[in-house]
Amino acid sequence: MAKIEKANSLGEWFDQRLNTTTFTKVMMTEYWIPKDINFLWAMGVLLAVTFKILVITGIFLMMYYKPDVNLAFDSVNYTIMQEVAYGWLFRHMHGVAASVIFLIIYIHMLTGIYYGSYKKGREMIWISGMLLFMTFSAAGFSGYMLPWGQMSYWAAMVITNLFGGIPLIGDALVVWIRGDFNVADATLTRFFMLHVFLLPLSIIGIIALHFYTLRIPHVNNQTSEELDYDAEAEKYLAGNKKESKVIPFWPVFISKDFAVLGIFLIFYFYLVFFHYNFAMDPVNFDPADNMVTPAHIYPEWYFLWSYEVLRGFFFDIAGFKAFDIGLAAFGFANVAFLLLPFLDRDPDILPASKRPMFFIWFWILMVDLIVLTVYGKLPPTGPNAWVGFVAAVAFILIFVALPIVTKIDAKRRGV
Amino acid sequence: MSNNTNRRDFLGFTFAAVAAVGGAASLVGMKQAWDPLPSVLSGGFTNVELSGLKAGDPATVMWRGKPIFVLKKTAEMEKSERDLIVGSDRFIVAIGLCTHLGCIPAWKKQTWKCACHGGEFNSSGKQTFGPPPRPLDLPPFSVKGTELVLGEEGPEYKKLDAFLKAQV
Repeated sequence: MAKIEKANSLGEWFDQRLNTTTFTKVMMTEYWIPKDINFLWAMGVLLAVTFKILVITGIFLMMYYKPDVNLAFDSVNYTIMQEVAYGWLFRHMHGVAASVIFLIIYIHMLTGIYYGSYKKGREMIWISGMLLFMTFSAAGFSGYMLPWGQMSYWAAMVITNLFGGIPLIGDALVVWIRGDFNVADATLTRFFMLHVFLLPLSIIGIIALHFYTLRIPHVNNQTSEELDYDAEAEKYLAGNKKESKVIPFWPVFISKDFAVLGIFLIFYFYLVFFHYNFAMDPVNFDPADNMVTPAHIYPEWYFLWSYEVLRGFFFDIAGFKAFDIGLAAFGFANVAFLLLPFLDRDPDILPASKRPMFFIWFWILMVDLIVLTVYGKLPPTGPNAWVGFVAAVAFILIFVALPIVTKIDAKRRGV
Repeated sequence: MSNNTNRRDFLGFTFAAVAAVGGAASLVGMKQAWDPLPSVLSGGFTNVELSGLKAGDPATVMWRGKPIFVLKKTAEMEKSERDLIVGSDRFIVAIGLCTHLGCIPAWKKQTWKCACHGGEFNSSGKQTFGPPPRPLDLPPFSVKGTELVLGEEGPEYKKLDAFLKAQV
């Protein structure tokens, strides 16, 4: 046991019992971050703060929300929106944060892809990050169901029906997930549980894992230079701050993060106060009706790319049903990014700007994601269906081509 | 190996066995807690009077929370093995959920068109465009005079069901 003496301050009292000095050093003041990074490295802190906003606003919403098919719609649109003081604000903050967090997640992901931060020792960072993307997607979907409007209901219908495509057990699984033959009260209440308890709990756990996976291999930098962290840290601690290639996470790196965070929060609250409508679909202000499907349904913008992969295959090919092909492609789209560290066959970590073929690959991927997103929102008729088909096939080919593309780059560099 | 190690191994194995049995049992319980409740399973039967339907204009009735299409065919509409013949009239009975992902197709210009992913079904419930993998599903029913009872499996249902199964 640590030596306990009379403490001269509260800090010392805790230090004797919890070793807070060492903890602060390991996690903050001697957690070294490379200097050669840009504002894109601030996305992690932005995500942590946005998640915190979601939790806090969610707590306030939960105090008035009623997870019952007869009460849910009014508890949101009447009680929370009109009666609860600042209820409208909590709802708009929650809805906009849920949308914006996906924007930051995508920037965070694509930064990682561009700079090669997912491979050679950083695989676990990437995989835990993708697990967070999946749990956040589940949280987004389950939360979207709660206001129990038309979009809530039909999104729940379509997404739960996806499980029907699983061979043999599909139909029974759909009934089991819903707790009824169609989306009903049992479905709403269990998805409420998932949204407010099990998924946030999982997310918090995986965030802890994500931070942990980052601590040992350290973050990447703009040129993918391999740093000797011990040597660089020694220089910094000896007062040679200019020459050292690293800075401590706290208080140096975080100060720049706060600057980026300030800009982000201004943008976020601008949306909350003046443009919240993009996260509040007008169709969802009609109460759920299981006898009427809205004329045109589509998911929120952040699911459009994978949704378009799902519906891109609209005709049977070689005896396979269009539905099964679409579902298989959708499944592929959801695991493709997870497999990235293993599809990349280039043994070196380098930014895309130094990998000529990968550079082209990266921008084709970006263009394809944008095309899928745009066409995912349009009605799937006439030429739109064909653009969707081509973009969906392209998405699969892009990932199939990655091992070849990265091999060519490696060969040209002579490794 | 010493006696102590053997005893400790024994304790370890017994605990693993107890934990496995308890774990498996609780999984069964948790699975069943998510099953549809008895009150949901015993969901009722729906009666539809066929004589009042207008030809060419499908009626939509609710059965176990799902929409059911009942279309009385006009003379111009194609005949199908799937037609339910009552007296001299031909009817199409189908669960009104797209077999792709469960949206409700709308009746437009003699076809059911699904707004979600563009699927289409003709007046016999057969898929004619888009992602639907199979025709509109057939709900269990029986016919009593000119009345349709949804939820019961009558001989007419069994005949049509056998026809649809043979198509796959």
